[in-house]
Amino acid sequence: MARITASVYTSHVPAIGAALDLGKTGEPYWQKVFSGYDFSRQWLRDNTPDVIFLVYNDHATAFSLEMIPTFAIGCAAEFQPADEGWGPRPVPVVKGHPELAAHIAQSVIQDDFDLTIVNRMPVDHGLTVPLSLMCGQPAAWPCPVIPFAVNVVQYPVPSGRRCYNLGRAIRKAVASYDQPLKVQIWGTGGMSHQLQGPRAGLINREWDSAFLDRLIADPADLAQMSHIEYVREAGSEGIELVMWLIARGAMSDNPPRVAHRFYHVPASNTAVGHLILENT
Amino acid sequence: MALDKPYQDVPGTTIFDAEQSRLGYHLNQFCMSLMKAENRARFKANERAYLDEWLMTEEQKQAVLARDLNWCIRLGGNIYFLAKIGATDGKSFQQMAGSMTGMTEEEYRDMMIAGGRSVEGNRVVGEDGNAQAHRQPQGKAGRKEAH
Repeated sequence: MARITASVYTSHVPAIGAALDLGKTGEPYWQKVFSGYDFSRQWLRDNTPDVIFLVYNDHATAFSLEMIPTFAIGCAAEFQPADEGWGPRPVPVVKGHPELAAHIAQSVIQDDFDLTIVNRMPVDHGLTVPLSLMCGQPAAWPCPVIPFAVNVVQYPVPSGRRCYNLGRAIRKAVASYDQPLKVQIWGTGGMSHQLQGPRAGLINREWDSAFLDRLIADPADLAQMSHIEYVREAGSEGIELVMWLIARGAMSDNPPRVAHRFYHVPASNTAVGHLILENT
Repeated sequence: MALDKPYQDVPGTTIFDAEQSRLGYHLNQFCMSLMKAENRARFKANERAYLDEWLMTEEQKQAVLARDLNWCIRLGGNIYFLAKIGATDGKSFQQMAGSMTGMTEEEYRDMMIAGGRSVEGNRVVGEDGNAQAHRQPQGKAGRKEAH
C-alpha cells in the first residue's frame, strides 16, 4: 500500500525563482533565504519519495477568470513550466503520476470533495519555486509530481477547516492505493504578505511564528481560524496559508517529528517560512 | 439578506471577491492576454489601440495607461492579473507592490529589509498605522506626484 511519509511546507515567492535562474543565490540578500534550504536539499536527497503531491495555487496562469476551480488535481503525464509574462522559467518539465492522481481523484470525490480534474495545465512559480528550493537546479526533477491547485485568488477561498479535512481525505486515498509508494505532500504559499494597496509589504513575524507552532502541535485547532484573521493579521495574500493545512491534514494523527524549521524576512514582499515534518 | 463581508474594514486592502471579479472581468482578461509574447509586443507598440480591442470601461483603460495599480484594483483588477502589465513593463513584483504605497522603490525595499510593514495600527480602519487613508501617500514618490 502507498503511504505518506513526510510533509514539506514552504513559501513560493516568484523572486526566489528569478534569483535562482539569474544566478543571484550568492548575493547576501538571497543567501539568507537559500541558506534555510541547505538542510532541506540534503534531506530530500536522503529521503526521495516515489511521488510528491504538491499543493499550491495558480496565480492567474493556467486559470484566468474564465474558470476558477476551488480544487484542481493535475492528472496528466506532464506539465509545462508556464510563461507568466517574464518568459517560462528554465526548469525541467514536471512529470506527473496519472495513475495515483486518478486514484486520489476518485477516492476524494467519493469522500464529498468536488475536485476538478485537469489534464492540461501549465504550472507557474507556485509549483516550480518549491521544487527549485528543495532540489536546486537538476536536469530533471527527482520524482513524479501531482500538482494540486487551490483557488486562493478569488474570494471566498476554501476555509482552513475544509482544507484540513481535504488533507485527511487525501491521506485515506493514498493509503488505499495498491502499490508500495512513498508519497510526500507539500503545502506551499505564505507566510505573511500583502501585495496590494497602501498596506502592501505587511509582515507579521509573531503571528507567523505562532502559526508554525500550532501547525506542528495542534492543526485541528488551527484549522478553525477564520479567513478574516488571515487577512487582518497576515495580509491579504497570507490567506495562501490555508494550503498548508491540506498537507498537515494528510499526515498521521501521531505527533510528527520536526526535521527542519526555518523563517526569514524578507524575500521580496514576503516572509519565508519552511517546515519539514516526518510521520512517526 | 446582504452577504457578510467582514474584510471591508481592513485598511489599504481590497479583497478580490465575486463582486470585484465581476466588475474587473474584461480588465483582468486583458491582463491575461499579456502572457503571450506577441500580445505584449502589440500592446507596447500601441497601448491605446490594444486596449480598445477589449470591452473595458474607459476608466479602466485610463487606469491601465496611467499604470496606477490602486486605481486598477478599485475598478475590479486583481494583483495577480495586473502583474502581467508589470511583467510587460519589465517590473518586478516588489516594484509593483511598492508603487501602490507612494514610496520610492528604495524606500519600499528598505522597509522590507527592516522587517516589513507592521500590523500595529493597520488591522482595522480608524487606527493610526501607516496604511490608513489619512497617512497616504507614504513616501517621496507619492509626494512628488502630489505637487
